[in-house]
Amino acid sequence: MTAATVSSAPQRTDVPDAPATRGSGAGRRPGTTILVTGILVVVAIYFLVPVYWVVVAASKTTDDLFGTNGFWFGNTFALFDNLAAVLTYGGGVFIRWFANSVLYAGVGGLLATYLAAAGGYALAKYQFRGRNLVFGLVLGGVLVPGTATALPLFLLFSQLGLANTYWSVLIPSLVSPFGFFLCRIYADATVDSSIVEAARIDGAGELRIFHTLGLRIMTPALVTVFLFQIVGIWNNYFLPLVMLSDQELYPITLGLNNWNSQTDRLPEFYELTTGGVLLSVIPLAVAMIVLQRFWRGGLTEGAVKA
Amino acid sequence: MTTTTTRTGATTGAATRPSSRPAKRRRTAVDRAPWILVGPFLALFLLTFVLPIIVAIGQSFTTVTRAGLFGEQGVTTGFAWFENYRIALEDGNFIASIGRMLLFGVVQVPVMIIAATVLALLLESASARWPGFFRATFFMPYGIPGVIATILWSFLYVPGLSPIIDLTETLFGFTPDFLGAGTVLWSIANIVTWTYAGYNMLIIVAQLKAIPPEVYEAARVDGAGPWRTAWSIQLPLIRPALVLTTVFSIIGTLQLFAEPQLLQTVSPAIDSQFTPNLSAYTTAFAYNDYNVAAAQSVLIALVAFALSFVFLRLTNRSSR
Repeated sequence: MTAATVSSAPQRTDVPDAPATRGSGAGRRPGTTILVTGILVVVAIYFLVPVYWVVVAASKTTDDLFGTNGFWFGNTFALFDNLAAVLTYGGGVFIRWFANSVLYAGVGGLLATYLAAAGGYALAKYQFRGRNLVFGLVLGGVLVPGTATALPLFLLFSQLGLANTYWSVLIPSLVSPFGFFLCRIYADATVDSSIVEAARIDGAGELRIFHTLGLRIMTPALVTVFLFQIVGIWNNYFLPLVMLSDQELYPITLGLNNWNSQTDRLPEFYELTTGGVLLSVIPLAVAMIVLQRFWRGGLTEGAVKA
Repeated sequence: MTTTTTRTGATTGAATRPSSRPAKRRRTAVDRAPWILVGPFLALFLLTFVLPIIVAIGQSFTTVTRAGLFGEQGVTTGFAWFENYRIALEDGNFIASIGRMLLFGVVQVPVMIIAATVLALLLESASARWPGFFRATFFMPYGIPGVIATILWSFLYVPGLSPIIDLTETLFGFTPDFLGAGTVLWSIANIVTWTYAGYNMLIIVAQLKAIPPEVYEAARVDGAGPWRTAWSIQLPLIRPALVLTTVFSIIGTLQLFAEPQLLQTVSPAIDSQFTPNLSAYTTAFAYNDYNVAAAQSVLIALVAFALSFVFLRLTNRSSR
């Protein structure tokens, strides 16, 4: 079997600049290509169906939503009416939720990345007493389920008077144990101790060495940590659900859930929900596709040490 | 020499001469710097991770008794030993929810990891067309919050709204029930797989890309076909990524909350104690029993710890 089917493949390896350097060198026969691509197309349809459905559903009136085929557009094209309703309902509360999410994810992501970078760099580049203790403590933190701490955190914050404020969601978002690890591993591997020593001899202060040298060298890992943290905060539901009772402070996940839970009593909320989902999915989907290439770098470093 | 030390001391940057005093100052700066750098992270970590865990453990061993109907005659707290744990563990629904998550994890985690691995291998094989497009498409759901993913899928599950149900009715004359008692757990599994399969795939792809081309070259020279290469070379080399994604998936499974909580409105089969986390949330906010809820949270964390630990142990042993 091997002799018959692979006979054309070894021919290619004899050519030094064969194009098959990428990947596993699996066969390039057209049959295989069609089969593999066919499987990938089917899987892609699975991943895209819900998003396609919401695009269609957001363009329908409530009557069409229930009366016409869900996979095709309805009789009236009401997309812009629906989106206008989403943006204006309740005095523009949707925009407020969106802005809240941007605030939580943006500020939280930036500060969390900076703090994780400083901490990881310190652990990688300095020998100090308590280093292993700090490391072990944070390692435990990675394995503790995030939702297990949310409830006690609420009890703690309500005693401090912080519950139901912006701070109650923002402060926990500033800590990324996973980012801390990634930064530590990355700083260990990339920030050369002899460069740090040279900077010291040149008279640079320790913090200045970190800010000018460390941060610059660690940038690829920092991008990964930042993206992880942004997605983590943006997608978080349990923490804001526990912490916030004031709708004005809601992130978009909580707000849309609020609308969705009213659909069984008030059918017009179907249009608000599908329109709101569409508006919130588009920027995220675009961001994921555009930023997808940044998700590589640090991930394997973390995986190799695991 | 000694007369100049006060000046060089003020500006450590100028202390390039080999005198003992500035060197000592430099030493303390090096000693202090790591704590200045790690300090803010550590303080926030202690506040948001360590302290809540201590509070939770403390709460779980505390009992609150209210005098009077609404506690208006004073509230007394006392040490309860394992009373809250006993209440939590004797709650059949809570235990059932943990069992449900174990069943869920045993099925969903392997299915998702295998799917992610197969997709990663297909994308990295030379046979795939447009790998960039497919990679981006598969990864896209990771950016969609679980809440929104659940809202999306719930529309596809609800009879009357779902085009999928309409489709199977016209094509096969069969009406699937996505939200029934026996099926809703797997409908949730579908949402979770949809959200995270592409993310896990990307981690595996990253590790596949790290395999040096010489390894493939050697395999080809030895006459290994694509199946043999995948099984004997790629799978062993992406093992760390598989372990990592599996551990994170196990932890994620026990945290399941948003999906069942949202589907509650459309599926009567989901009760308020469907998952361990939902159970703890209900205990805390519907029954206002924070102490038992704390005990439940501690138990969830312990189970997550134990499962991750056992899994890491098993994989470590078999790699030797």
